[in-house]
Amino acid sequence: MEKKRYERPVIASLNAGITNKFGTRNLNEPISHIDGASIKEITEQYGSPVFILSERKIRQLYRDAHRAFSTRYPKVQFAWSYKTNYLNAVCNVFHQEGSWAEVVSIFEYEKALANGVEGRHILFNGPEKTESDLRKAIEHDSLIHIDHFDELYQLLEMSESLKKRPRVAIRVNMDTGIYPMWDRFGFNYESGQAWDAINKIILTNKLDLVGLHCHIGTFMLSANAYAVAAAKLADLALGIKLHHKQNIEYLDLGGGFASKNTLKGSFLPGADTIPSFDDYAEAICGTLLNAGFTRENLPMLILETGRALVDEAGFLAASVVANKRLSDGRKALVLDAGVNILFTSFWYEHKMTPVEPASHHTEASVVYGPLCMNIDVVRESVTLPPLRKNDLVLIHTVGAYNMTQWMQFIAMRPAVVMVDQEGKTHLLRRAEKTDDLNAMESMPEHLQSFSLA
Amino acid sequence: MKSELVIAVSGLNNTDNPGPGIPVIRALRDWKGKKVRIIGLSYDHLEPGLYLPEWVDKSYQVPYPSAGSDNLMLRLKYIHSIERLDFIFPNFDAELFSYMKMAPELQSMGIHTFLPGLDQFEERHKYRLPEFGEKYQLAVPKSLSVNSLADVPAALSQFEFPVVVKGKFYEAYIAYSMDQVQNYFHKIQAKWGLPVIFQQFIQGNEYNVVAMGDGKGNTIGAVPMRKQYITDKGKAWAGITLDEPALIEMTRKLIAANHWRGGMELELIKDRNGQLYIVEINPRFPAWVYLAVAAGQNMPAAAVKLALGEDVPPFESYEVGKMFVRYSWDNIVNLSDFEKISTLGEL
Amino acid sequence: MNLRLKNNIAVSDSGFVFNPSTGDSFSINPVGIDIIQLLRASKSEQDIIEDLSDRYDADTQTIEKDLYDFFTLLLQHQLAEKA
Repeated sequence: MEKKRYERPVIASLNAGITNKFGTRNLNEPISHIDGASIKEITEQYGSPVFILSERKIRQLYRDAHRAFSTRYPKVQFAWSYKTNYLNAVCNVFHQEGSWAEVVSIFEYEKALANGVEGRHILFNGPEKTESDLRKAIEHDSLIHIDHFDELYQLLEMSESLKKRPRVAIRVNMDTGIYPMWDRFGFNYESGQAWDAINKIILTNKLDLVGLHCHIGTFMLSANAYAVAAAKLADLALGIKLHHKQNIEYLDLGGGFASKNTLKGSFLPGADTIPSFDDYAEAICGTLLNAGFTRENLPMLILETGRALVDEAGFLAASVVANKRLSDGRKALVLDAGVNILFTSFWYEHKMTPVEPASHHTEASVVYGPLCMNIDVVRESVTLPPLRKNDLVLIHTVGAYNMTQWMQFIAMRPAVVMVDQEGKTHLLRRAEKTDDLNAMESMPEHLQSFSLA
Repeated sequence: MKSELVIAVSGLNNTDNPGPGIPVIRALRDWKGKKVRIIGLSYDHLEPGLYLPEWVDKSYQVPYPSAGSDNLMLRLKYIHSIERLDFIFPNFDAELFSYMKMAPELQSMGIHTFLPGLDQFEERHKYRLPEFGEKYQLAVPKSLSVNSLADVPAALSQFEFPVVVKGKFYEAYIAYSMDQVQNYFHKIQAKWGLPVIFQQFIQGNEYNVVAMGDGKGNTIGAVPMRKQYITDKGKAWAGITLDEPALIEMTRKLIAANHWRGGMELELIKDRNGQLYIVEINPRFPAWVYLAVAAGQNMPAAAVKLALGEDVPPFESYEVGKMFVRYSWDNIVNLSDFEKISTLGEL
Repeated sequence: MNLRLKNNIAVSDSGFVFNPSTGDSFSINPVGIDIIQLLRASKSEQDIIEDLSDRYDADTQTIEKDLYDFFTLLLQHQLAEKA
């Protein structure tokens, strides 16, 4: 006789809130494949945990965003935010789609050049650019986004010694009704500081002021704040036209669009509440089109959207290491993936689904990572079917920032694979090994040997 | 219109702090010349309405809004495949957002709703009341969103004690001193996050209006009520309809300005000088909506008619001095019914 | 550890359990129902493990671990007592 599929016995109290299958049913619908590739087979081949990226989803997100803006505004250019996910293959998917590169360090800048992005298609942001960083950017004709007066004066000096006119934009910070206001980056709009910087650049006549840049915040749940930002940038650009008879080539509205993740403490899931690309596009494009530019002087609109273009395309497959019962009766699950590689679990309630078929009986569990650290909590409470040791779970919407902010702490960083549009898997980054880390260390002579009793 | 309409209703929590589900059903059952089949949508297996077969023909459990509208939609599709729903009446604040988002898809399945638009819904939030008042030229109590403790003294200088300290979504305290304000600020910030709202406390009488707009700026119905007795949860235990044209006028002005569609409840305060202020706008019918029906304005039935494309003239009058006194009742239920709803999700 | 199910505990086919001495009710999955029924038939821990491993596609170690956990919950919910 064929044996029945075993499921860990569960007993759930019916007194406290909802526990039956209709309250939570489809949350736990197992997902066994990503774009046709079996998650189980991926973990067998590349190990567990493993990050899985969907190329199809990245392209779809990019095209959705691009359509939302380009159907509303004639000149739209996206620039891939390297810090969000700078695996070269991910960057190249965006470059194939037409994205420029947006970098915030010389490391990212060099990555972009090596990926084949021409210097004039690289936007160089960030508060720290050394003299040699700036020289490289100037030589490659990149767009340098100036963050502070010290950088502005340094560029003025360098333009003389290099006999070259650097192409620059200034970063502007402003009050868009959003709290907190990111006033630590760039020049302030309301205080007139941005105007001081603009006047300095134009009157010294050593730099080409080609653009204006702002980046008002992150995970912005209000599309309207972008309308305010667009209006203020447009006001500066029109002011430059009026006072200095000079056209600004582009306005860069930065990034900050929210992805379909659920922020901790929010009642409704992110997928239901975040603004759509159309909402953001309507706010920005509508404002720019009505700002008062003539048709031929309409500046190019640059967007540095990162999170919203890649978060949903990333998954983390992890295995159950252990089932536990805590002293207060709660169920706990230990996974082989923790906050060391899933940094975003500090602020998101990541969706989790089983990989293998499961019944409708569920339990609320705390989900811990493998670190011997109390802070290693992936989810404080998530409803899952009973899982056995070695069962796989899929953690959703992890494509942004995790593969750049992950830590090599206690454990190694796992492999990253991409499922292409035909359902074939490709290794993008192999799992780290102990030798990789030891290779960077050196041992002083006198510490090379010891004997233990 | 079909001879029998199938209408799904949520908010069956007819507890001592009741949801509007059962009163709405009572109104629909009063609809003259129309047969209705009522499908209850419940979140918890102890919602009293589940166990009232004379009011609810069949019930289904649905996932919480926090599970996402995809999950809710799947469940509604299943229910629709069995019941062929004509209309859904969501009655919880927390679920309205999901239903408004789903409304076009529901409509394409043949399920009607009668809800405000997302913009209207969003702009009437408590923390946006000052903007709302300014936009529509309606008097609201002076209030200010405060984003950090450091801003408290400056913010307070614009108010006179007592000040109402409010959370973004819920909770409010009346503070009589700086110390109290700071205390409540911490308490609310910890629970609901920023901003914390300061609102000028207004001494005066509170009034409520149940109303309905047609979405084109017309007020279909409006009945004002004064609470005669309040429970420890601040809910009306008894109330009476009023003849107070200023309340109706304020309601009409609001609906004409923002084109509200569907039911709503306004909370207003009249200060000692007779000035009316809007304190809160609830985006659905209140639990006392049946008082309006009894007074001559069956707004829930009118909502269904409007949604189904019928022409509904505005109600012209209502009976003044109509009273309600709420009562509770220990309904005896079968354990087997509890078992059914809690294991099968249907009853 | 062997458990004795309290004798007024009943489980329905749908997995609904009512504890008449405490007023609590519970929902149990199919493996859980089997365990309750085996306890009702006064089976020992060892008998239950063997019986389940005959019927289900799991090794005895897994079943044993899960059974301990389930027993803890039955005790916690006062549905059974130590034999």
